[in-house]
Amino acid sequence: MISRVLAGPAAAGGAESIDDHLARLGRLPSGAAARHVIPVLEASGLLGRGGAGFPVGRKWRTVAERRSGPATVLVNAAEGEPLSAKDRTLLRLRPHLVLDGAFLAADAVGAERVVLYVGSAHRDARTALERALRERGPLPRPVDLIDAPDTYVAGEESAAVHMVNDADARPTSTPPRVFERGIGGRPTLVQNVESLAHAALIGRYGDAWYRELGRGGTPGSALVTVSGSSHDGIREIELGTTIGQLAAETGAGSSTAGRQAVLLGGYFGGWVSADRGWDLPLDPVALRQAGTAFGCGVVAFLGEDVCGVRATSRIMGWMAGQSAAQCGPCVFGLRAIADATARVAGGTPEGDELERLRRWAGQIAGRGACRHPDGAVGQLLSSLRVFEAEWELHQRRRACSHERYERSFDMAREVA
Amino acid sequence: MSTQILWFATRGAGIVSLILFSAVACLGLLAVARTQASWWPRFLTVELHRNLALISVVFLGIHIVTAILDPFTALGIAAAIVPLASSYRPVAVALGVISVDLALAVIVTSLVRERIGHRVWRAVHWAAYAAWPLGVAHSITAGTDAFALWMLAVTALCVFAVGAALLWRLTSGGTNRSRLAAVTKGIADPVAIEPAWRNR
Amino acid sequence: MTASTPSRAETSAELVVDRIACDGFGMCAELLPELIELDDWGYPIVRAGGVPDELLDHARRAVAVCPVLALRLARRSMLPAAGSVRP
Repeated sequence: MISRVLAGPAAAGGAESIDDHLARLGRLPSGAAARHVIPVLEASGLLGRGGAGFPVGRKWRTVAERRSGPATVLVNAAEGEPLSAKDRTLLRLRPHLVLDGAFLAADAVGAERVVLYVGSAHRDARTALERALRERGPLPRPVDLIDAPDTYVAGEESAAVHMVNDADARPTSTPPRVFERGIGGRPTLVQNVESLAHAALIGRYGDAWYRELGRGGTPGSALVTVSGSSHDGIREIELGTTIGQLAAETGAGSSTAGRQAVLLGGYFGGWVSADRGWDLPLDPVALRQAGTAFGCGVVAFLGEDVCGVRATSRIMGWMAGQSAAQCGPCVFGLRAIADATARVAGGTPEGDELERLRRWAGQIAGRGACRHPDGAVGQLLSSLRVFEAEWELHQRRRACSHERYERSFDMAREVA
Repeated sequence: MSTQILWFATRGAGIVSLILFSAVACLGLLAVARTQASWWPRFLTVELHRNLALISVVFLGIHIVTAILDPFTALGIAAAIVPLASSYRPVAVALGVISVDLALAVIVTSLVRERIGHRVWRAVHWAAYAAWPLGVAHSITAGTDAFALWMLAVTALCVFAVGAALLWRLTSGGTNRSRLAAVTKGIADPVAIEPAWRNR
Repeated sequence: MTASTPSRAETSAELVVDRIACDGFGMCAELLPELIELDDWGYPIVRAGGVPDELLDHARRAVAVCPVLALRLARRSMLPAAGSVRP
């Protein structure tokens, strides 16, 4: 099993202490040496792990090359995606690695302040962070620990900054983007905790080391949250591992038997059908070319005894309720879509709901202040493709081919 | 002879200002209406509201200037700017002065709206809710024709029109913004906002 | 290249909607139907490709009429739309 960011003591032991961390990894380059990490990060090809998959080195360079004044680093551990648990697990087990990444970033981009933005529901992660901060003694920079509300959009970068500035975790209109003007009006680097953990290792071992892993186009390793298998939980995989290989490792079936589809990336990701997609590599670039996305590393298998239409309808209903309620197309569009999918799922369509869903999906994408409607709609369109037969069955014959209605996606359990 | 002209001009321009600003207030209150007729597009409400306001300023200007120049009222420029500085019906004139000051603030900020941003503009625009009633009060107390039958009718019409528009605004008026949270929570039906979707 | 397609490459301005400020009044669509249409809930869908020079005056009028200043005329950048490549 791949073990880079998760390398170290067993999970049952809880958070790794500062002594163990330093004994295992040594000191991190800091100060002036840290400035040189940006080209190394760029050479490594490390992509962000928060969902957008933007090159980390380029992001740090953009903030570092701003015109004036100090910057701020925001460590994003909001993790509002219900199917993802990797960020809080990483924080709970390896808080020092994440803190290393945060301080490395602060040095590299010239930040005077670090904000740790942790989901309010993630108590264990917060506790581990607090203890880790105490273990470190005097800190190189002022560090603030701020609770992220338990909402889906709270982790969006402008929402995170808005929360720190005005205690309002709703996205704001851009421009300006947060790397131009963010916390306190200063350029702000918003980075996912896993991205920072990888950066902390790259800062020690270099880009060539990072590139040693990676079976396809994208180098490195990544955390995934697997659900719907026999061994749910967080795993670190080599990028490029196929869905089928991961399914085999987690008891979700090496063949397509037992699982009809998988949801990649989370509620704002995309469905992949078992018979077409098991050879797809879990690689951000390859998945984007295949019309879906790696996102935040969610791999949620859907059993054959579960109705994909009903599962999708549940997701749409939830996503509609998670709108920040600021932009009309998102509020009205997602709610209308959610109501329509509920009608189809329940076998009570009014007119051609599928045509209506496709029209609305086309209308609202790209027309919100943030990407929430885009993500929801992307997931819906992939569902309409992957579960096409089931959607038609519900719409035309008001029937469902599954008896059991998946009541809930279980929250991912911690890695054993 | 010329003082008679000034006096008529003051009264006439004042009355026209009252009527025009009442129309402006009505249009402003109705600007958020979603209903649309082929003979009255929605943009017309907003543009007419602004254009009438600018025309009203002209008549207001005539009203103020002729009032200052009129030797009968002995209003100096100070009285037209500083409330209660007038020796002629000080309170009545003061109401007008304050009304004009507020109206000027509203109009100036509206002219530079794109520069100062929506939030600041909106905060100042609230002053309009005070400017109009003060103008009416001024008309009733300072106007020499105030209790003539025809003038009572005009005043009543203005007050009724603005009152009706305000009542509409408070009850069925309201922007989409007030419904966003309810629709998100699933409490309010998006259909109520735009019923046409059911037919598509 | 069809003769009827206007040369969008020459437009210098584009319309940008502040999605949070926008409240779906729809007056912009009334004044600029060539470039703005309304979705099922009355919110504007702005056609991509910038504002042709001959429509600039109409565009300015549409910007001015918006009761909440949600519409803006911005200089058109030749880079991909903001948000599609997110640092």
